[in-house]
Amino acid sequence: MALIDTTNLADHDGFYAELLATHQGLSEMQSQALNAQLILILANHIGNRQVLSEALKLARQNIG
Amino acid sequence: MPYDYQPFPYTTPPGLTSPEPRHKAVIAGAGPIGLAMALELANYGVPSVVLDDNNVVSVGSRAICWSKRSLEILDRLGVGEKSVAKGVTWKVGRTYHRDAEVFNFDLQPEEGHKMPAFVNLQQYYVEEYLVEAAQANGLIDLRFKNKVTNIRQNEDCATIEIETPDGTYHLEADYLIACDGAKSPIREMIGLDFKGELFEERFLIADIEMQAEFPSERRFWFEPVFHPGQSALLHKQPDNIYRIDLQLGWDANPEEEKKPENVIPRIEKVVGHSKFKLDWVSVYTFQCRRLDSFVQGRVIFAGDSAHIVSPFGARGGNGGLQDVDALGWRLAAVLDGRSPPAILGDYDSERGHGADENILNSARATKFMTPADGIERLFRDQVLALAAKAPFARAWVNSGRLSVPCVYPGAGPDDPALPKVSRPGSVAPDAPLGNGWLIDRLGGEVMVLAFGCGVSDIGGATVIKPELTDLIRDRYLGDATAAVYLIRPDQVVAARWPYVDPAAITKAIARLWRQ
Repeated sequence: MALIDTTNLADHDGFYAELLATHQGLSEMQSQALNAQLILILANHIGNRQVLSEALKLARQNIG
Repeated sequence: MPYDYQPFPYTTPPGLTSPEPRHKAVIAGAGPIGLAMALELANYGVPSVVLDDNNVVSVGSRAICWSKRSLEILDRLGVGEKSVAKGVTWKVGRTYHRDAEVFNFDLQPEEGHKMPAFVNLQQYYVEEYLVEAAQANGLIDLRFKNKVTNIRQNEDCATIEIETPDGTYHLEADYLIACDGAKSPIREMIGLDFKGELFEERFLIADIEMQAEFPSERRFWFEPVFHPGQSALLHKQPDNIYRIDLQLGWDANPEEEKKPENVIPRIEKVVGHSKFKLDWVSVYTFQCRRLDSFVQGRVIFAGDSAHIVSPFGARGGNGGLQDVDALGWRLAAVLDGRSPPAILGDYDSERGHGADENILNSARATKFMTPADGIERLFRDQVLALAAKAPFARAWVNSGRLSVPCVYPGAGPDDPALPKVSRPGSVAPDAPLGNGWLIDRLGGEVMVLAFGCGVSDIGGATVIKPELTDLIRDRYLGDATAAVYLIRPDQVVAARWPYVDPAAITKAIARLWRQ
């Protein structure tokens, strides 16, 4: 598996708080728009098709 | 000036008075694909009869964007230079969101090709030129107002029932090539499934005549201010004719939308004035469909009868001409007895691959242009929003990925040390050669290109040794000092080696002909 599925982020609690703070004051629609842009930005930055496919599969697991 | 539609003459076919001898090839449909097919077969010495239920060229501009590859094919058929001279050459496309440009592309950033990336030319001109060439060709028997009404086939031949103004008759043919368009009556007569997808969207398409100084570029808008929430395309054609495509939504009523009193106000908003004349209007939906197999015994399908794609990728007419390219030499070889009919399976698999690639690309573009409500629209809108602030997102903006020939799988042998651009399965890249062009020296027969080495006579191929210019080195040698390329009659690279191995070349030639 090329996708890192163990903790890989220093200050992960800090990032989580920043993610929520970024959404603060946005309507549900605006939050959805922000999330969509964020996915596209990060996907381009990761730049590895296999990692992205694995990430999509992991996210989809047990949802719907 | 609007196009002057001249009817082509009808003459009473000989088959009405007495049975005709069996023909080698009968082609149904005198559109660009059927006519190109007849000329291509004639290039290989094969006579054909071309049947068409009508007697004029296409009404309306229809297919307008002819790709570099199509121009190379048309050139081999004798009408390429004429098409380029009349057409509007363009290579830059600009994509806008609302009133800001978000993305542009240059389809031919490098020099050294005889043909430009794209030429815009109304389908009726291409048909006119092809009809002229066919009429001047002694091997082609063009029959207008000859409508195919029924077909039968056995292992030996196809029998075609034909209706004319003077009555009905029938023809027998070794092969019938169905180039009878998207609604192919022959496909219906055989009862073949035309599987695929219909997109619930309608577009208005219009040709207008106006004096304007728009540059020769393709312009595409997402959610333009002049047509809120929808998509629009503006493209320049010869004779001061402009093509405009406007997205209408699925609920639009096609008959109402086609009325000039409804079309004209929409176009006034696009061009900003009312000094234009409406030349042609149509409303269409997007569909992507294909036949499972393009070869059905003695009946072979080519062009829209075999596969249809949604527009905005210029993959319909161009895809059809590539069918002609892949079929002509093989069908001629079967009719000459050089190859077994199994070689037609290579046409089917190669062009099936091409059709799948065209359908994939146009279905993706359609999804981006006309997203379904919900998550599809969310991502589409956010790509557009992001494109305005981050360069990487511009690549996702999809207003159609324009036709480039596919690379046929299963070709070879290959050597990875040689440049990717000329790998087996690709069209041999053009380059200047002497006072002319490499592409003009290729095709019509099997050829061996020897770069930086000598190849003695090889049975069944003409050997040429092109001069090593910088562009030829870039496109055929890379870092290698020598290479041998085997080129098919359709100018596609069949195999290549960075050394001379006559036995391997001979084997690859036999494989090409399925001998």
